Amino acid sequence: MRSLLSASVLSLAALAVGSLSLAPAQAQTVQISGAGATFPAPLLQRWFDTYNRTVDSNVQVSYQSVGSGAGLEQVINGTVDFGVSEAPFSGARLESFRSKFGYEPLQLPMGGGAIEFAYNIPGIESQELILKRETYCGIVTGEITNWNDIRIKAQNPTLVDRLPDLPITWVHRSDGSGTTFVFTNHLKTVCPNWTAGAGTSVEWPVGIGGQGNEGVAAAILQEEGAIGYVNQSYAKLENMDTARIENKSGNVVAFSPEAATSALDAPIPDDFALLVPDPEGPQDYPIVGLFWVMFYREYPDATKLEKLREVFKWTQGPDGQALTRELDYIPMPDSAIERIFAELDAITVNPNAVR
Amino acid sequence: MTSAAREYDSSQDISIEKKMDTSRALDVGFVRLTLALAGFAGIILIWVILQTTEAALPAMQQFGLGFLVTTRWNPVEDIYGVLPQIYGTLMTSLVALVFAIPLGIGTAIFLTEDFVPKWITAPISFAIELIVAIPSVVLGLWGIFVLIPAVRPIFRAINQTLNWFPLFGGPAPRGNSLLLVGLVLGIMVSPIIISITRSTFESLPRNLRDGALALGATRWETILTVMIPAGLSGIISSIMLAMGRALGETMVAAMLSGNANRINVSLMQPGSTITGLIASQFGEAGRTQVAALMYAGVVLMVLSLLVNVLAELIIRKFQNLQQAN
Repeated sequence: MRSLLSASVLSLAALAVGSLSLAPAQAQTVQISGAGATFPAPLLQRWFDTYNRTVDSNVQVSYQSVGSGAGLEQVINGTVDFGVSEAPFSGARLESFRSKFGYEPLQLPMGGGAIEFAYNIPGIESQELILKRETYCGIVTGEITNWNDIRIKAQNPTLVDRLPDLPITWVHRSDGSGTTFVFTNHLKTVCPNWTAGAGTSVEWPVGIGGQGNEGVAAAILQEEGAIGYVNQSYAKLENMDTARIENKSGNVVAFSPEAATSALDAPIPDDFALLVPDPEGPQDYPIVGLFWVMFYREYPDATKLEKLREVFKWTQGPDGQALTRELDYIPMPDSAIERIFAELDAITVNPNAVR
Repeated sequence: MTSAAREYDSSQDISIEKKMDTSRALDVGFVRLTLALAGFAGIILIWVILQTTEAALPAMQQFGLGFLVTTRWNPVEDIYGVLPQIYGTLMTSLVALVFAIPLGIGTAIFLTEDFVPKWITAPISFAIELIVAIPSVVLGLWGIFVLIPAVRPIFRAINQTLNWFPLFGGPAPRGNSLLLVGLVLGIMVSPIIISITRSTFESLPRNLRDGALALGATRWETILTVMIPAGLSGIISSIMLAMGRALGETMVAAMLSGNANRINVSLMQPGSTITGLIASQFGEAGRTQVAALMYAGVVLMVLSLLVNVLAELIIRKFQNLQQAN
């Protein structure tokens, strides 16, 4: 009993000494927490980790990639400092946010991504296959079921002899995902016969569902004749064969960071909820989407707000954007960044802010 | 130490009643403690059920019992039904049991009868217990990268020769299917059947077996006509426990079923289960969708409850039979 007591006294003393010596540093340590979308999670985690190591070691940002929907719920419940979503606030959640906080949510786009068709057709290399709108609309709705279909051959004159008699297996995400939202938002706009609408998960007319990017990738890589959609960064990581596709102007384009960036360089509306289901430019890559970071317009803690601003401004600066490119995401165009900074500066401190 | 010694001294010079009192107080205290712990377990169960039901309430009001027979799952238009998932959940559990029951009982017999020396059975039973320790996500990955490529030709051959039989029909299988999920679930639940059946056999009185052998029964006759019937209630409860585990397993179902929200009677085709549906859609779900997923969770709880009640009834019936005999 006595030894236990003395041990605890000792450890208490050690704690006190420790906290005394660390006091100046600890007073400034700011913990910021966020939650939301899984698709930008690798980029966000890299950003926050790099910021902590190279810029300001007193700022620790933790990010839980629990999914866009769950992230928005946490923002509404006030359990996080920011949320991340691949679809803007809408519907019942927007109503809840408005009625609880009394203002519109501040949603700022911080980057984007592109989606590619990845396929596994024996004898056909990456970028060889061309998919016109009519074709990929036919594949996702189940109207085109074989790779030797006359419509696919007509658009691929160089592959006429090589397109095999092989059934098409459509592979989609089974989990709710912002990737699916961006992809179906595009389908809804360009495919006249697409009836399932747009959402983070939809009722697919055909195909099998893979769990996460890795599930989709595995299903495609293991199955001859399979085709599906994956994030561009993931297609590159897994070295998958990807298709060139037709854009609004009728040009056939391959994915490139430039083609995706120019696709996202559209006039951004006041609430920043920019959706580009079908970009206009002649060289634009057609399937692109943004992810938004959701902020409050009032924060109770001045230090925290200041650090939050610094971190997110850094992510849009040269160092942050270099990481964005390195991880194959699309940085925001300069025109948007100015407005994002202005909105960040307009956030106010209010000790009585609702949470 | 010191207080106990003092207790002992005082009991010596006063009376025996004092000692009775303290031991009785300990007794009562212990009973109350266990009562509180048992009550706590019950409260947690009720709490989970109430919370899930409360979260599911909006969907229950909106979709009613039609939820159970609707085959659509459309988050865009907010139309939800879980018939394909109920079918998938029941079929995968059934397939799992079809694999696990013979495997489990056979292994248990092998381990308890003296077919081979102890140094062979000991490592085997250790390995079986280790199967339980494999995380289900690892089994899921193993399924995707090892099992699917391995079983695809076998599935295709079965599909081609038995195409007329609805359970094996449909287009050429890809691998992701209810049958595959059932197979992996069978591997996962067989240790439950093995270990419970084994201890049931071990706890049977020795003279049952000796009697059968003395009457001239062969070893096989002893096992089939004496040991298995005598241990039937234990075997059945192990099967029911295994089925409960199979009904609730999530990761394997989400990763291997193909997650198609359609009813394919054929086991060779992709399907989905209630657990797989909840796990894959919860993170990005909208509000009505969350309620619908909670409703699906309630449906699963009711399914599991029905299985447990059924198990209890069957076990009781066999116990009565045994007592009558």
